[in-house]
Amino acid sequence: MTAQLETERRPLVELQGVTKVYGMGTAAMQALRGVDLRIDEGEFVAVMGPSGSGKSTCMNILGCLDTPTQGKYLFKDVEVGSLTRNQRALLRRHHLGFVFQGFNLLKRTSAVENVELPLIYRGIKAEERRSRAARALAAVGLAGWEHHTPGELSGGQQQRVAIARAIVTEPAVLLADEPTGNLDTARSIEIMELLTAFNRDQGITIIMVTHEQEMAQFARRVVQFRDGLVSVDQANGEGR
Amino acid sequence: MLTNTLLLALREIRRNVLRSFLTILGIVIGVAAVIVMVTIGGGATAQVTEQIASLGSNLLMIRVGQHMGPGQTTSAPPFGLADAQAILREIPAISAVAPSSSQRLTAVYGNANWTTTANGVDNKFFTVRNWAVPSGRQFLETELRAGKAVCVIGSTVVKELFGNQNPLDKSIRLGNFSCQIIGVLEAKGQSTFGSDQDDLVLVPLRTFQRRVAGNQDISLIQVSVAEGRSTDKAKNDIEELLRIRRHVIGAENDNFQVRDMKEITKMLTGTTQILTTLLGAVAAVSLLVGGIGIMNIMLVSVTERTREIGIRLAIGALEREVLLQFLVEAVVLSSFGGLIGILLALTGSIGLASLLKIPFIFNPGIMVIAFLFSAAVGIIFGFFPARKAARLDPIDALRHE
Repeated sequence: MTAQLETERRPLVELQGVTKVYGMGTAAMQALRGVDLRIDEGEFVAVMGPSGSGKSTCMNILGCLDTPTQGKYLFKDVEVGSLTRNQRALLRRHHLGFVFQGFNLLKRTSAVENVELPLIYRGIKAEERRSRAARALAAVGLAGWEHHTPGELSGGQQQRVAIARAIVTEPAVLLADEPTGNLDTARSIEIMELLTAFNRDQGITIIMVTHEQEMAQFARRVVQFRDGLVSVDQANGEGR
Repeated sequence: MLTNTLLLALREIRRNVLRSFLTILGIVIGVAAVIVMVTIGGGATAQVTEQIASLGSNLLMIRVGQHMGPGQTTSAPPFGLADAQAILREIPAISAVAPSSSQRLTAVYGNANWTTTANGVDNKFFTVRNWAVPSGRQFLETELRAGKAVCVIGSTVVKELFGNQNPLDKSIRLGNFSCQIIGVLEAKGQSTFGSDQDDLVLVPLRTFQRRVAGNQDISLIQVSVAEGRSTDKAKNDIEELLRIRRHVIGAENDNFQVRDMKEITKMLTGTTQILTTLLGAVAAVSLLVGGIGIMNIMLVSVTERTREIGIRLAIGALEREVLLQFLVEAVVLSSFGGLIGILLALTGSIGLASLLKIPFIFNPGIMVIAFLFSAAVGIIFGFFPARKAARLDPIDALRHE
C-alpha cells in the first residue's frame, strides 16, 4: 500500500467502517457497507466503480456534504460526523474545493465573479478578491476571459473556470466528481493535465471520481468501489 | 458581507426588471393608496377646521325649535327682538348679538334672476360672523332704523346677476320691492356642509320684517362670546335665560337650541377622521396582498435558483448567509415598491387635492411609516422563501435541473 511506501505523509482524510443507509425500514437502501479508506496529503486518487456502487455517496461524505450513518470520518483528525451543518459548511469553506461534472457555474455571471464567489464567503476584501481570481483564471489558462459569462464559454473553458473557483482558496483537498464527463477526449486530457499540475506543483490533494480508465491513468492511486465497499485499492503504475 | 449581499440583490433584481416591477406593483399601489387616503383625509380635516375657524370659534347659534335628528326641528314659537336684547343685557360674557330672519326669494336684475336667501340683519351680523365688506359699506344707522331699501350682497349673487359688472349703486328687485346695492361681501366659498356661503342678500332687519316677512319674528340669533370667556358657560347661561323667557318648565324639553361651533367642529372632523381611517385600512389590505405577491415571486425565485443555492452551500455558505441573501432581496424589492409608491402618492395626492379643492398637507410621518411598513412586508413575506432556500440540502440542490 502507498502508506507503507510514504510513511512521512500525514493522513488527510480517513474513513473508518463507514456505512450509509438511505430511507427507513423495508425501503432502506444501504449505499455504503463499511468503507475503510485513508488518503494522505498530496495524493491524487481516482475513484472508480459502476453506478450504484457507492462512490458518489462516498464522495459526498468526503466532501462533508453528507454524514455517515455509522463509522467515523476524520478530516485532519476532526470527526466530521459530530459537526453541525454550519460547522461542516465552514470546513468546506476553508479546506475543500469542488469541481462537478456539470460545471455548476452561476449563470449570467462573469468568469471572474464565479471564481470570486468562495473568496466572498471567506470575507476577503474586494481588491484582493479580484486579483486572486484573476491569478487563478490565469493559472487555468483563461487570462483575458475574465468577463465572459459561462454562456459565452465552451465546455472545456467552463470547467477551467470551475477549477479556478475550486483552487482560488488554495484548499487542502479538491474533490472532482467526473470532471471530464461532459467533455470530449482532447478537452478531457487538458483538464486532467491541469489537475495533475495543481497536484504536483501546489501539493493539492485531489480525489476524483471518473468512469474513464484513460482519465484514471492520470492519478497515482485508483480506488474501485463495488456494492458499497472498496474492492480494489492500488497504486497506479502509470501514474505521473 | 452585507454590502456584497445588497449588491447581489440589486443585480438579481436588475436581471428581472419586468418581473421585479410586477412583483412590487402590489406594494406600490398599497403604499400609494394608504398615503393618498391619509393625505387627502388630513387635508379635508384641515379644511373643515379652517372653515369653522373662519366662522369664528366663539360663535354660538341660537335657533328656534327642538333638535330631533340631523336637520330636523319641531316647530316652536319664534324669537323676538326682545330675546336678543335680553341676551346681550343679561349675560355679561356675550360681546355681540346679531338677530336675523331669513327667507328664500328671487333677486332680479335686468334679464337675470337668481333665487337666493334674503336675510334681515343689523351691522352686528358682520361682527359676529367676522365677515368683511371689502367693496362698498355696511348699513348706516339711519338705514337700519328707517328700514331703507338697501342691501349688501354675496359674491355668488354678484356673479349670477351682474357677471363682470360692478354691482355697487345698482338696484335689484327682491321679491316685490326694489333695493339699492351698497356693498359686496367678501367671498367665503363653500361651507363645511357643502352649501354656498356666498349665496345670500343682506337687508336691514326692519326692511326685511316690513317688506318680506310681514311679521316681527327672529329665526336665528348669532352671538359672539367675549374673548377669554368660556363658551360652555355662556351657552348654559343663554339656555337658562331663554328657558325662563320662553316658559319652559321643569323637565320639559327646550324649544330652542344653542349650538357651539366647537361641537360642530368636533363632529365634522370626527367624521372625516373615521372615513380616513376606514379608507386607509382598505388601502392597507392591498399592502398585504402585495406582500403575498412578493412571497410568491420569492418562492419561484428560490426554485429557479436551487442550483445556485446548492453551489453556494457546497462552497461553504452558511445557512444564515443564504437566508440573509434572499431576505435582503425581498426587502430591497419591497422597499423599492415603497419608494415608488411614495412618489406616486405625492403626485397623486397633489393632483387629487387640487381637483377636490382641498389643501395639500405634506405629511412626512405617514411616508416614513409607509416605507417602514413596506420594508417590514418584505421581511415578513420574504422570510419563508428565504428559509426554504437556506434549508436546502446541498446535494439535492446541486442535482436539481
